[in-house]
Amino acid sequence: MIKGILIFNNHRKPWLSKFYQPYSVDKQQQIIRETLHLVFKRDENVCNFLEGGSLIGGFDNKLIYRHYATLYFVFCVDSSGSELGILDLIQGFVETLDKCFENVCELDLIFHVDKVHNILAEMVMGGMVLETNMNETVTQTDAQKKLEKSEAGLAGAPARAVSAVKNMNLPEIPRNISIGDISIKVPNLPSFK
Amino acid sequence: MALKMVKGSIDRMFDKNLQDLVRGIRNHKEDEAKYISQCIDEIKQELKQDNIAVKANAVCKLTYLQMLGYDISWAAFNIIEVMSASKFTFKRVGYLAASQCFHEGTDVIMLTTNQIRKDLSSPSQYDTGVALTGLSCFVTPDLARDLASDIMTLMSHTKPYIRKKAVLIMYKVFLKYPESLRPAFPRLKEKLEDPDPGVQSAAVNVICELARRNPKNYLSLAPLFFKLMTSSTNNWVLIKIIKLFGALTPLEPRLGKKLIEPLTNLIHSTSAMSLLYECVNTVIAVLISLSSGMPNHSASIQLCVQKLRILIEDSDQNLKYLGLLAMSKILKTHPKSVQSHKDLVLQCLDDKDESIRLRALDLLYGMVSKKNLMEIVKKLMTHVDKAEGTTYRDELLTKIIDICSQSNYQHITNFEWYISILVELTRLEGTRHGHLIAAQMLDVAIRVKAIRKFAVSQMSALLDNAHLVASSTQRNGICEVLYAAAWICGEFSEHLQEPHQTLEAMLRPKVTTLPGHIQAVYVQNVVKLYASILQQQEQAAEAEAAQEVTQLMVERLPQFVQSADLEVQERASCILQLVKHVQKLQAKGVPMAEEVSALFAGELNPVAPKAQKKVPVPEGLDLDAWINEPPSDSESEDEKPKAIFHDEEPRHVRRRQPEEDEEELARRREARKQEQANNPFYIKSSPSPQKRYRDAPGVEHIPVVQIDLSVPLKVPGMPMSDQYVKLEEERRHRQRLEKDKKKKRKKEKDRKGKHRRHSSLPTESDEDIAPAQQVDIVTEEMPENALPSDEEDKDPNDPYRALDIDLDKPLADSEKLPVQKHRNTEVSKSPEKDEVPVVEKKSKKPKKKEKKPKEKEKKKERERKVEDLDFWLSTTPPPAATPVPSMQEELSVNTVTSPKDESEGPKREELEDEEDNTEHDQERKSSRHKKKKHKKEREEKEKKKAKRKQPEREHEQEEPVQNGAAEEEEEETLPPMSSYRLLAENSFIKMTYDIQASLQKDSQVTVSVILENQSGSFLKNMELSVLDSLNAKMARPEGSSVHAGVPVPFQLPPGVSNEAQFVFTVQSIIMAQKLKGTLSFIAKDDDGATHEKLDFRLHFSCSSYLITTPCYSDAFARLLESGDLSMSSIKVDGISMSFQNLLSKICFYHHFSVVERVDSCASMYSRSIQGHHVCLLLKKGESSVSVDGKCSDPTLLSSLLEEMKATLAQC
Repeated sequence: MIKGILIFNNHRKPWLSKFYQPYSVDKQQQIIRETLHLVFKRDENVCNFLEGGSLIGGFDNKLIYRHYATLYFVFCVDSSGSELGILDLIQGFVETLDKCFENVCELDLIFHVDKVHNILAEMVMGGMVLETNMNETVTQTDAQKKLEKSEAGLAGAPARAVSAVKNMNLPEIPRNISIGDISIKVPNLPSFK
Repeated sequence: MALKMVKGSIDRMFDKNLQDLVRGIRNHKEDEAKYISQCIDEIKQELKQDNIAVKANAVCKLTYLQMLGYDISWAAFNIIEVMSASKFTFKRVGYLAASQCFHEGTDVIMLTTNQIRKDLSSPSQYDTGVALTGLSCFVTPDLARDLASDIMTLMSHTKPYIRKKAVLIMYKVFLKYPESLRPAFPRLKEKLEDPDPGVQSAAVNVICELARRNPKNYLSLAPLFFKLMTSSTNNWVLIKIIKLFGALTPLEPRLGKKLIEPLTNLIHSTSAMSLLYECVNTVIAVLISLSSGMPNHSASIQLCVQKLRILIEDSDQNLKYLGLLAMSKILKTHPKSVQSHKDLVLQCLDDKDESIRLRALDLLYGMVSKKNLMEIVKKLMTHVDKAEGTTYRDELLTKIIDICSQSNYQHITNFEWYISILVELTRLEGTRHGHLIAAQMLDVAIRVKAIRKFAVSQMSALLDNAHLVASSTQRNGICEVLYAAAWICGEFSEHLQEPHQTLEAMLRPKVTTLPGHIQAVYVQNVVKLYASILQQQEQAAEAEAAQEVTQLMVERLPQFVQSADLEVQERASCILQLVKHVQKLQAKGVPMAEEVSALFAGELNPVAPKAQKKVPVPEGLDLDAWINEPPSDSESEDEKPKAIFHDEEPRHVRRRQPEEDEEELARRREARKQEQANNPFYIKSSPSPQKRYRDAPGVEHIPVVQIDLSVPLKVPGMPMSDQYVKLEEERRHRQRLEKDKKKKRKKEKDRKGKHRRHSSLPTESDEDIAPAQQVDIVTEEMPENALPSDEEDKDPNDPYRALDIDLDKPLADSEKLPVQKHRNTEVSKSPEKDEVPVVEKKSKKPKKKEKKPKEKEKKKERERKVEDLDFWLSTTPPPAATPVPSMQEELSVNTVTSPKDESEGPKREELEDEEDNTEHDQERKSSRHKKKKHKKEREEKEKKKAKRKQPEREHEQEEPVQNGAAEEEEEETLPPMSSYRLLAENSFIKMTYDIQASLQKDSQVTVSVILENQSGSFLKNMELSVLDSLNAKMARPEGSSVHAGVPVPFQLPPGVSNEAQFVFTVQSIIMAQKLKGTLSFIAKDDDGATHEKLDFRLHFSCSSYLITTPCYSDAFARLLESGDLSMSSIKVDGISMSFQNLLSKICFYHHFSVVERVDSCASMYSRSIQGHHVCLLLKKGESSVSVDGKCSDPTLLSSLLEEMKATLAQC
């Protein structure tokens, strides 16, 4: 079971948090802080597993994380999860994001956290892995995107136009900061088919 | 309308959307909180608008703010509004928000039930999908109960996208509503073989998660999973299954044997590290489970260790970490194969990665021996010095202590070295583990008698330098050691070199800054010390010096009397008075030493932590019974406060009174001892009385090992553990020489051998090393007659315990998922809470009766499952080979005698009872002698019993709840009932069947046929063909012709029975009908095979279309009054059976539930699968019974009454 998922950047800014167990808002923030603290304490080139201790639910749990360019992806799992399997899952998640956002960058995650949630929901449901096949996830996400567009129809057009104008007014947003090495693969870890 | 829409969307353009919000927050870095509160105000405005798009946008923003730590529970209702939007886009926003912030405490959550149900049955798969996803995050017990059957229907949805989500969410439903597990499990099991890999993976996921918590219930699925393991190519699924097998093997060693080969193949063949790693892990689990039985798996161990070594040597830190993790599992059972990789582990200790160092530390635990302990600990100590983070240092500290103290200090040869290590550890700053060090100091000082002198000298030095330990700012952790130091110096004060100095050290004003519990120990031990000083000085006839000490005490003790800590205060004031008294007597020249030291006579021994729990409850003592009857409420309210007040006052005064003089104390002590000695329930200090007065003779009889004189006994100042390493080397060297000498002299008796401790199995080189000191007190004290039970207390709050459910039992009628019914208006009138108990009371009795035959079936069923598993696990092909495993034979014997006809039933049960010596054997004693069987068979039964003990026990636990006391009363009078009826029988085979209807399918019934092989032949190729009628048809596999038979999915070895299920579609259910059919099969024995067949007539009674449905009495009354029902009645004479039994018979055979019962008159209700209401009024006269029925269909009613007449005629 996955207990929680966190995404944050190098500046300790959380961009997404998803908990599969109910916690109060304060407790959630406390967990986020603690996780940040634990992960940032670690050097580069050390193993990606972390025994959290007091974190979500006690000794049975582990933090498994990956660092891509400016982003950290942290999964908190209990002992039923295979460590290497979860690493592959994170890789799959990032690759799916990359496909859905067409060359994903941090800004995509910042401004479209709802979409990231929706993509995540196609992979992990209620803390259990729903789908490991990347193509399937992408297909379903695209189909939902289409449905959304058709629903917006005419009424959605003005809103889209306005938001396009708003974005135009803000030239400081660099659109093309790509994570670049997002598709780094850990040697010896062929991902799931 | 259109205008309004356009206007709405134009308005919306200027609302902030999520992107604007994020951007705004980024632009307001300085006053973020202010900006957000402004945004929240805007959102509140937006939520008030009618436009759902605006609301959705607002909720979307709220979801983002929730992540930033803002409580959005106030918007719960708005979220529900958005969830119920018709557009998918908005719906998704709503469900996402709900999944992020709803929980069981959210009160509006109950409003969502119908919305979710609607979404679940939506034609759009994405609506359903999003509802399932959302529900998976916030499902509550209520939602789970109400929606379970809807979700279960979705498990068979045509779209795999929905199926997989529905399957996965079932786990959450099970957790919240455990009753749903059994009804849903068969379908879940089906999904393991779903054509879609995603659905299959989801089902594996759910079952693995369930099995992880309660593995024993899922053992019977092992063959299925084995098949999946060998066929699946999805690594994720494989990993899950392999992990599951890891959990199952400890329960069934035979499974392990079967697994080893395919797993080894996988290890060799797979390229995926994740899979390889899990395979290795499971092989390890298998080896652990086999380690007791079969030691011949060294090849597999070697393979595992080799593969792990490759992982550990890999440059990838992740693999290194996991390799060490798995290695530590092997260590527990096969330490030797790990020990050979010591170099690797020590190397990992220097790794820059803390996680890896920690794992390596775990491994060290198993690698130490007498020989290398000092060396390894030395290495760890250097790490302690270097370590930066306190967590890692603390971990090191605990590991050092763990390693040294393991199996009763098995590896320690020199305790002086160990004490000095402990003292060195006290110099650590900011550790949390001061209490651990303290506990070790105490433990060693108490258990190793020879070390006491040394320990005391070290501890007094520690007390002298207490300011060093306690002065650091983070003193809360390490100052715990002063607790140990003070106690050791006090308790063993006779070993102190300069007691006076230590006494002064303990009375320093600085001490009062220590935590209360430590001060308390100080105070107590100051007196012990004082007593021993007094004694010394009086023996030396230095009366003045003695008085000086007393004076010192009188001067210094008041500082403790002023302590804020109650314990310290109380002890100090008590002792102060005591000392003052002594002073008074001393002034008169009375020698006091003897009496003061008598206060502390006796020795303390270690008591096992569980000792108190293990004291057996003496016979005849009921701990739950009242000692005095509790006073009535009125009494306690009026008088109790007063009584307390009265009681308190004198107690207060008493404390202030001057203390009793020594003699009085001693006398009381003696009296108490006497009393304790006579009191059988008092936990005595030890089985062999070790209590002694310090000055009493006979100290010599305690075995004290000679301390090697070459070791300096007194080390000035703080010790350095390093020097001991060297000294120990020398000592060992000398020992070896001596030994060699002895050998030369050919002395038979090797004295060192005698001193060896018994617990260990040291390596060859270890044997040569004799310890310098020994642990004298090895076992902790336990009360006499301690209960041997060592079972771990299970946490009753464990949420997974509720899912510990036997899944192999067939479903009972009562076990159904609650299905939403159309509620009549009158039902809603009566509040549900009031009704439920009524209905339960009514339906309880018949249900209990039902249970009895069911139970037998359950037992049988379970046996069959066990047998299936055995069948699969035994590698020999079952029929051909004559030497069938005895276990299986035994099982078959039992199944043969299984309860087909009712007279056989109790007999069998009796057998069970005899075996188990458990419950209700009293009634059946009479027939016991019949059951004497061959000894051999009995032995086999014993074996089986032992094997089945586990499930049996669990069964027993359940039974009292289900069956209650009521069953016992009526058990004798009512013959056991079975819904299985004889279908056909010949010399080869016997068929019994039962028809089950289900509410979900209004035109389908399931016929379960139990096929029992009565011959000595092996039956195979069984096929059931039925001649369809216009009204009833057998469901055949797709593509087969109307007349084709349906194959029975199993074969029957001699004496075995099994159950097959066939589905029939029925159009009209108002008439009973019979279908002709034939079972054809091939019977094969030693002489050859013959083709046989057996004709039968399958009788579909109208009762079998009824489903036991509870009905509330007011709803029942409305139903009767409505006038829609037609009426008919019958009367049967000559009935002798009691009304109670009659009722239960009708309930059981005809699927009715009792609505109301008055004396010998009862109203009953049932419903057909097509929704006909059937109401009955049953009246019993002297010897006749009349049944009046009302039903929505007159034909159905008359058919039913006919059937009932037949049943009643047998009574």
